[in-house]
Amino acid sequence: MLEISGLAAAVNGQQILNGIDLVVPSGEVHAIMGPNGSGKSTLAYVLAGREGYEVTAGSVRFEGRDLLALSPEERAVAGVFLAFQYPVELPGVGNANFLRTALNALRRARGESELDAVQFLKLARAEAKRLSIPEDMFKRNVNVGFSGGEKKRNEVLQLAILRPKLAILDETDSGLDIDALKIVADGVNALRGPDFSALVITHYQRLLDFIIPDRVHVLLGGRIVCSGGPELARELEASGYAGLTAEAA
Amino acid sequence: MNAILDAPTRGFLACYEATKNLLPGDLRVRDQAAKLFAARGLPTPREEAWKYTPLRALNEFEFKTPGTATVAEARAFPALAAELGPRLTFINGRAQNLSPELPNGMRLESFAECPVLGMTADGQYNFIETLNVMLAADGAVLEVAEGQDANTLVLLQLAAPAEAEAIGLHVRHRITLKRKARLTLIELASGAGRYLHNPFIEIFLEEGALLRHVRLQEESAHAFHLAAVAAKLGAGARYDAFFLHLGAQLSRTELQVTLEEPSARLQFGAAQLLRGAQHGDITTEIYHHAPGCASRQTVKSVIDERARGVFQGRITVERGAQKTDGYQMNQALLLSSEAEIDSKPQLEIYADDVKCSHGATVGEIDPEQIFYLRSRGVPEAEARGILVQAFLAEALEAVEAETARNMLNAAIQRWWEGRAP
Repeated sequence: MLEISGLAAAVNGQQILNGIDLVVPSGEVHAIMGPNGSGKSTLAYVLAGREGYEVTAGSVRFEGRDLLALSPEERAVAGVFLAFQYPVELPGVGNANFLRTALNALRRARGESELDAVQFLKLARAEAKRLSIPEDMFKRNVNVGFSGGEKKRNEVLQLAILRPKLAILDETDSGLDIDALKIVADGVNALRGPDFSALVITHYQRLLDFIIPDRVHVLLGGRIVCSGGPELARELEASGYAGLTAEAA
Repeated sequence: MNAILDAPTRGFLACYEATKNLLPGDLRVRDQAAKLFAARGLPTPREEAWKYTPLRALNEFEFKTPGTATVAEARAFPALAAELGPRLTFINGRAQNLSPELPNGMRLESFAECPVLGMTADGQYNFIETLNVMLAADGAVLEVAEGQDANTLVLLQLAAPAEAEAIGLHVRHRITLKRKARLTLIELASGAGRYLHNPFIEIFLEEGALLRHVRLQEESAHAFHLAAVAAKLGAGARYDAFFLHLGAQLSRTELQVTLEEPSARLQFGAAQLLRGAQHGDITTEIYHHAPGCASRQTVKSVIDERARGVFQGRITVERGAQKTDGYQMNQALLLSSEAEIDSKPQLEIYADDVKCSHGATVGEIDPEQIFYLRSRGVPEAEARGILVQAFLAEALEAVEAETARNMLNAAIQRWWEGRAP
């Protein structure tokens, strides 16, 4: 599904990613772990197409297509979804309206019929209920006045409604208590299946107790220095990244 | 008068000479206005009040008195207007049907039958008002009886000049709400072709009266819109106004509100959306004459391309107007590097126990917000549209009538998509 090869990227002229090779097959969930500054969020933004993130080498293919050639909205249409580490507040934009606009933009671009307000609310309410998200979240402005946990849950609600093929979760676990963490994990686990992949970016192993990854990769200095099965996450939790830093150097 | 007069001044004076014997009302007042106008002409940027709004663009035109046009000639206004309430239609400045099914307790006459030409006696030359006093030929004179709720009335003003003709439309409306009367007035201005629309609306609100005034200016791209609204508020009266200005090549609307008696309240919201080489000016003058009155103004501008927006807001608090609560906020969203906003707040306070504040912000659309929307599949242009509407949403929330709010939102949507009304 996702094939990253030799990916290098710079932000403000500073090289952050230094040749990433990573393949996430359909149906698999991969975790990317690493200390602060290792390039985790940069990788997420490069995949989502954020401006100011300059790809200096390498390629990214998504279902065989050149992902880097697509605009952010085209990537979303192709099935890529980024759950933001810091979800953006949109004052004056109602959450329900935002979600429906996004869903209909995707449907329109895919040649599917758009949902009217009634059809949308039915769908949205069902997803919210499943994720134990209170319905008043639809009435509020997007992320405005939301607690950190509410913002992350709102990202997962979008994930559930927009149903991407590839979800990139950028430290979605940071700042969450255990209940919120379970909601986030449930949201992702519910989508798991042969046509869904996820890249779970996290600093800690905690989230991976709930979303069991197929593979774990360690990112250090803008490179993947080590890959393994789910047990790797627990080893890292015990030993820290220090040993790997020495190894990578 | 003499050869150095510019074309529009010459044109307006010629219109006056040609039609003055047909105009209703006290000719002495009109002559006085014409004399003043001949002496002063179009204001220039050297005059403080017109510093940010040059009228150069008018110079090419001599605006003529229009011929008669019928409803059929005027382009139909958006169908939505029909469901808002009974309507009075003016085409080319002339009343078309002054006998719609009027709301309860409302009396209506035409200005032609009931011509009162007030001139503010402060000795200052007000161009927009003087032009109107000189040439006003028609308008609606409305009165809502004591204690009556007249619901909603639509005042539709359309311009339909003959091809290759520039016309001047000078209408004069007077709206009086007697004690505790209520009315929602929806005022629409639109048209096609080249014209100068110069409406003047006088508003008198007696004790405890409530007027909600929703104004949509959607003039043609070649139009000039020079309007004034002057309101006087009695004790406990309330004037809720929302102005949305989208059209015209050059537009200036002056709002003058006098809070004459205690506990009167003004709530003013406005939004102007400008693009291309449009110029939009909202100028307000609020006079707090009596104690315990409140005035709240929120003016938002969205400015794209080379357009230029102006907001000038003056609050004057007289010596006796203690416990005044005055607030003024001007916010602008600039969508291009060439867009410009000029913002001039002025507070003149002669009382010592008042609360008055003003603020201004200028910004651009936040690229993070655009990226967030795009990452969810929303195309960039649509994302920008959503964020512009969000910027305006807070101001529009002040419009209580849902049908009116929907009408305004639809107009904003049309503007955004570059469609004509």
